[in-house]
Amino acid sequence: MHAPVARLDAAPAATEFVTFRLADQWLGIPVLLVQEVLSSQRLAKVPVAPEAVAGFLNLRGQIVTALDLRVTLELPPRSSDASQMNVVVQHDGELFAFIVDDVGDVVTVAPTDVEPPPTTLDARWRSVAQGIIRRDAGLLVVVRVGALLAVDQPGPG
Amino acid sequence: MDDLLRDFLTESAENLAKLDNDLVELEQRPNELSLLNSVFRTIHTIKGTCGFIGLSRLEGVAHAAENVLDGMRAGRIAVTSDVLDDVLAAVDSIKAILAHVEQTEQEPEGDDAALVTRLERWLDGSPHAAAAVPADAAPVAAPETVEPVDLVPVAPANAMPAAPTPVMDEGSAEVRGPSLDSTLRVSVELLDRLMNLVGELALDRNQLTQLAATRETSEFAKPIQHLNRVTTDLLEAVLKTRMQPIGNAWTKLPRLIRDLSHASGKRIDLVMQGAETELDRQVLQAIQDPLTHMLRNSADHGIESTARRREAGKSETGTIRLSARHEGGHVVVDIADDGAGIAVDRVRQKAVERGLVRADAADALSDAQILRFIFEPGFSTAEKVTNVSGRGVGMDVVRSNIEAIGGTVELSTVLGKGTTVRIKIPLTLAIISALLVGAAGETFAVPQIGVVELVRIAEEHRELIETVHGARFLRLRDLLLPLVDLSALLRLPEGDPPASRSVVVCQVGEARFGLVVDEVFDTQEVVVKPVGRLVKHLTAYAGCTITGDGRVIMILDAGGIAALAGVTDRKAGDESATRAETSRDDSNAATESVLLFDAGMGALQAVPLSLVARLEEIPARALEQADGRTLVQYRGALIPVIGANPACEMHAIDPRPVIVFSDRNRTMGLAVDAIRDIVDVRLTIERRGDRPGVLGVAVIAERATEVIDTHWFLRQAYGDWFASSEHGGADAQAPRVLLVDDSRFFLGLLAPMLRAAGYAVTTSLDGKDAIARVVRGETFDLVLSDIDMQAVDGFELARALRAQPSTARVPLIALTARTSAEDRAKGLAAGFDRYLTKLDRDAVLTTIQQLLASDSVAA
Repeated sequence: MHAPVARLDAAPAATEFVTFRLADQWLGIPVLLVQEVLSSQRLAKVPVAPEAVAGFLNLRGQIVTALDLRVTLELPPRSSDASQMNVVVQHDGELFAFIVDDVGDVVTVAPTDVEPPPTTLDARWRSVAQGIIRRDAGLLVVVRVGALLAVDQPGPG
Repeated sequence: MDDLLRDFLTESAENLAKLDNDLVELEQRPNELSLLNSVFRTIHTIKGTCGFIGLSRLEGVAHAAENVLDGMRAGRIAVTSDVLDDVLAAVDSIKAILAHVEQTEQEPEGDDAALVTRLERWLDGSPHAAAAVPADAAPVAAPETVEPVDLVPVAPANAMPAAPTPVMDEGSAEVRGPSLDSTLRVSVELLDRLMNLVGELALDRNQLTQLAATRETSEFAKPIQHLNRVTTDLLEAVLKTRMQPIGNAWTKLPRLIRDLSHASGKRIDLVMQGAETELDRQVLQAIQDPLTHMLRNSADHGIESTARRREAGKSETGTIRLSARHEGGHVVVDIADDGAGIAVDRVRQKAVERGLVRADAADALSDAQILRFIFEPGFSTAEKVTNVSGRGVGMDVVRSNIEAIGGTVELSTVLGKGTTVRIKIPLTLAIISALLVGAAGETFAVPQIGVVELVRIAEEHRELIETVHGARFLRLRDLLLPLVDLSALLRLPEGDPPASRSVVVCQVGEARFGLVVDEVFDTQEVVVKPVGRLVKHLTAYAGCTITGDGRVIMILDAGGIAALAGVTDRKAGDESATRAETSRDDSNAATESVLLFDAGMGALQAVPLSLVARLEEIPARALEQADGRTLVQYRGALIPVIGANPACEMHAIDPRPVIVFSDRNRTMGLAVDAIRDIVDVRLTIERRGDRPGVLGVAVIAERATEVIDTHWFLRQAYGDWFASSEHGGADAQAPRVLLVDDSRFFLGLLAPMLRAAGYAVTTSLDGKDAIARVVRGETFDLVLSDIDMQAVDGFELARALRAQPSTARVPLIALTARTSAEDRAKGLAAGFDRYLTKLDRDAVLTTIQQLLASDSVAA
């Protein structure tokens, strides 16, 4: 049903990135990891789930765990009327939807243009950043999907 | 159908299809030996096989035909149309019998004597016979000639020019059934994919249906209705493809038992019933290992050695009965052996040794409760470790495997008679029946398997819910049900309190609790979908599902919720010491709900919840002082309030927590400092109280706790209470009452009350002791006995007393928590005159009075 997905999490060889915005910051994920982009979806709340888990959404009969990246990246919550988008990614055979503020273009970047994240970067961001790309419009932070999914899992409850 | 029989039918069908053809050809070319051999072998094979699988009628016909064919082969009988007519008649007869066998697995009724006689005529009386052969020699001769014949090279039958005849077509059509492939293998992945696709289709169907419903007149209505029906059928059909007979999980078991009995020198029969019972393949896989394990246990430890069985007067061959059946959306599998059974005392001892339960607590547990320890981790009663298994080793794994798929497992045993393990599992894991409930605006699904009943509590009946120290309980009939508020447990945002709330009564293992929800919608069959790994650790959920309108809702896990809410002790850390105390058991009423309160006396104090009418918080200004007593307006009456602590300053705490007792139309309040908790314990009074108002001291939750004497307080509140015999001193004329109860608490509660009422009371802690007293010559005017007691229970005691001359006519009263009509009937049958509910003191006293009065009249 889905195109074979290359595992590029570890190797920064991808040259195409889906870009998305959180607050003022643009981030990128290798395009091959992204399955699709959805507009705002009805979410089923999952009470007592980790805070970052915004809920489940029904994607053609498949259950997708939606994560609010604003929570994951410790950004202030978006206002209730603000628009939001879902970037659906596949990771380890499971579907996740990243809730972001906006989705931008797919950008093509030469591997050499991806620089290591600066040490001055905030610790939370550094833990998910794979590298940064300098663009005219500002910095693009390339994030590792696996790291974004490393949500704190408190004990059963 | 039996595999062997199926193979036989398939093979015979192929052979018989050829036989007609061969015989017809043989008629045309009587000297063709290869044809004759082919025909002979077909009949011979049929005869041999059907004799083996016990089709005697078929065997008789085939045998007669075989003899004739053998005679032809040996040249004793000429191959003529006449003789072939008879052989063909035999073939027709064989085909008819086989067709019947295929349909019914049994031979038809009937007699082939005429046909057999006709065939036998050729053997001795036929003018064509070259040499007369004694008829009785034929059966012996026939097999002998088989061997050389097989060495004769024969041309393949199909090398013969075929002579198709209507007979062949008709014949093959008749018997070909089983030889046609009616099944084919499909990969499980494909089935799972089908399942997913059908699920999606169902969602689309639902959306279409809703769309169509919004239009006034829609030309889509009809096709959508049809789509609806087809989708439902499709869903059912796809589900069915995942079903497999449970026998598939049993195929290795006969061999297992054979090997085990061989290795151990025992003789064991494995009887399997209900192998055709179907269940989902996922469930089937999940139970395969537990089943094997339990069967091993039965064979190794259940069934005794041949010698032992002989000594015990049993048949030398032990039987293990494995049976499966459908029971209301579930499959029940029993593994029953007629072996030695399990010595409950041994289990009890072991449980104490293992530190699973304290010795005194273990003595108080019922057999059923004790047997549950077998499913505890690391528990084994096997005296010696064998290379096969120890009974109990891994039983905890069995239990957790079964419980993981929403099933239950229980064990019952009769010493010397055998052990039965019963597993109850859902038909399918993919689709479950779930109750949809609402809490704080969210919808959740509760699997029906754990739901016992639904209780709706309207606002005006709120008082049925008691709140104690943050924990809430519902008085439901005789049961005090701990309540778990779903909204609070799941930390859902608080909305407006609904006008009425519902309680979903759930059963998890031995624990029962009420899940409080705002609304109960309906029951639906839902497709269970696993939750993602980010929420998998949440024990509150069993999965999620997609509803008809495309919403995702969470499926609650009753067991997980119970553990989260602390209703069960499964997740507790150090649970060994308190396990016996905290385990709930409604069937045996072994535990008692106890209200703990603080009255500033140093130690906590306790009172059985069953004696408590209400818990109130009374504003200090409502507590009126009059005549040196404290009174309060309570439900239109003035009731006295007494401090649990004699030094209590009534107005020091505002509002003042008050425990309300009611007895014999008298109500009083006990002022305390704070209500602490409600705990379920097996109440054992360890020593007598050393001051008035205290019945004794019990260890509750590891702490010495004073159990108060509500009667003493009632007497304080109402001076005239039992005024006639304040000290309960019984004179020589006082009727003698024997009070039997294995609960020291009840003895402590009832004996003073009876003494106060003027009876001479003798107490006894068990039925054995009671019988011994009577046998020793102690005489009583009346006996009051508990029903649920260790060793000798109330029923047995009643029968024993009725058998004693001195107590044959003495009034017997049963005091029990068992109140079903069935128990009542059983009690009366055992010899009890009255059957009363525990703690109904009024009834107890009046009944005693009545019985003693009528007794003295009669005497």
